[in-house]
Amino acid sequence: MGAAGIPAGQSGLGKSTMVNTLFKSKVSRKASQPSQEERIPKTVQLQSITHVIEEKGVKMKLTVTDTPGFGDQINNENCWDPIIKYINEQYEKYLREEILITRKRKIPDTRVHGCVYFVPPTGHWLRPLDLEFMRRLSKIVNVVPVIAKADTLTLEERAEFKRRIQEDLKTHAISVYPQEDFDQDPDDRVLNDRIREKIPFAVVGADQEHQVNGKRVLGRKTKWGIIEVENPAHCEFPLLRDLLIRSHLQDLKDITHNVHYESYRVRRLNESNGPALSPLNGLPGKGEGGSDL
Amino acid sequence: MVVGESGLGKSTLINSLFLTDLYPERIIPGAAEKIERTVQIEASTVEIEERGVKLRLTVVDTPGYGDAINCRDCFKTIISYIDEQFERYLHDESGLNRRHIIDNRVHCCFYFISPFGHGLKPLDVEFMKAIHNKVNIVPVIAKADTLSLKERERLKKRILDEIEEHGIKIYHLPDAESDEDEDFKEQTRLLKASIPFCVVGSNQLIEAKGKKVRGRLYPWGVVEVENTEHNDFLKLRTMLITHMQDLQEVTQDLHYENFRSERLKRGGRKIEDEEVNKDQILLEKEAELRRMQEMIARMQAQMQMQMQSGEGDSSAVHGHHV
Repeated sequence: MGAAGIPAGQSGLGKSTMVNTLFKSKVSRKASQPSQEERIPKTVQLQSITHVIEEKGVKMKLTVTDTPGFGDQINNENCWDPIIKYINEQYEKYLREEILITRKRKIPDTRVHGCVYFVPPTGHWLRPLDLEFMRRLSKIVNVVPVIAKADTLTLEERAEFKRRIQEDLKTHAISVYPQEDFDQDPDDRVLNDRIREKIPFAVVGADQEHQVNGKRVLGRKTKWGIIEVENPAHCEFPLLRDLLIRSHLQDLKDITHNVHYESYRVRRLNESNGPALSPLNGLPGKGEGGSDL
Repeated sequence: MVVGESGLGKSTLINSLFLTDLYPERIIPGAAEKIERTVQIEASTVEIEERGVKLRLTVVDTPGYGDAINCRDCFKTIISYIDEQFERYLHDESGLNRRHIIDNRVHCCFYFISPFGHGLKPLDVEFMKAIHNKVNIVPVIAKADTLSLKERERLKKRILDEIEEHGIKIYHLPDAESDEDEDFKEQTRLLKASIPFCVVGSNQLIEAKGKKVRGRLYPWGVVEVENTEHNDFLKLRTMLITHMQDLQEVTQDLHYENFRSERLKRGGRKIEDEEVNKDQILLEKEAELRRMQEMIARMQAQMQMQMQSGEGDSSAVHGHHV
């Protein structure tokens, strides 16, 4: 049993640290580390790391593909292309396996089940770049937006920012996970409504441990206090973790398989005019980038 | 002038510095409005008093900077504004009545660098290089409460390295004179070593350790704006007040003179243009006069010829009326 996720967003928003926090372990890097504190250098290419985690007695393989930050340049048009390309490549891989005459019983699944989009904590509204990125991504993958580095917002600012983001998403018809359209029954709806009220989760990432009240906790130490990452009174990281790994993991996979993958498959088969695919040049369908999405 | 992306804490910092609310009816625009917007220039004036000295400051805000997906043209508006102020001063300075020249030139530009990144972004570098010969740049990192002290030191060093690497000229505080007292010298040393300033802004009063302080209240503690262990706000404020005069002088002696010599070398459009035009007009008019005189002479010659050849031919004379 396995699942795959991708964090996405501008440079320096704590994506790599968040991946570490999720696994409570270190992503191996090419650069050498300074001795004292493990500093996270800038991610420059897509890096996948797989871990076996255990949840309720069930062992699970979780793969996270860390991405370099996008949106740093002066002209950021099309900065979303590399991630979209990566996601479609995974669908393509699965499709090829699926249409083989003699195919494997268990098709290796590297498809992306969730994309966590990091929104910078400006406190204002979503920026044009955020809107554009999420709009395109949400059409091909489950997008879970989070407010990154939320330790810069007071609780009131957080609530106000969330309200504005929710409004923005609704105004621009961007459908983020959990999507209302896919609620299966009234119970589902109630559960998901409660989550939808809290999206985007305000998270803080940390891979350092500190001593607080006799316990060792993951957190950030500052002159005015220690921000405990796993303390729900401080930040919503536990909510994110539970959603992704515990409560909604199967749902994320189901929607990916039944909705996003199927859309991709239909598009591809329509393009090639028939079930037998001709050898491609590696890139997924030409029309996926802009027009029919 | 205050420049930086939206949401970096510019307005809050300005309000904190001047203990005021410069933007009481402010509505923060959403992304839909930002998509088509170009960079705006908004100037507000505030008066502050520090140690018995009254200062009238104009804060020039630049909403829209860095908001678009493609920011290629976003600093043209700002550069035009700076140049316009220089142009106006140049014009006034060359006028007849020079006693009441209003100085609207930009003396200092606070450039806000994001605390969330890994250092300077390409836009930061491009912008600062475009204005470092026109205005004093003071780089500032706001929302510093998102960084631990170690992260701050690292970011500051990284930014200073990148500034040097790209040859960006930021404002340098002058060293204290040798006849100043030790305290002032020490203060100047500390200020110089803290650039870029990492600040936290706030005008909210929070109860902390039994007294009311300006700060931000988090579930894990209170960040105090005026606590030097928490951030560089007081240092920024001191720098601004103490070196206000130097900022003006450098603007006058360096940036303005730069602008002026460039302008006049290019053949100053506005000041010498009118004289050039007058000469040109005169020349043109003279040429035209000559042409008309030539034409009349030709016609007269023609008439002469006809009268001589057509002596006995009455119809010929009839047919030609000049």
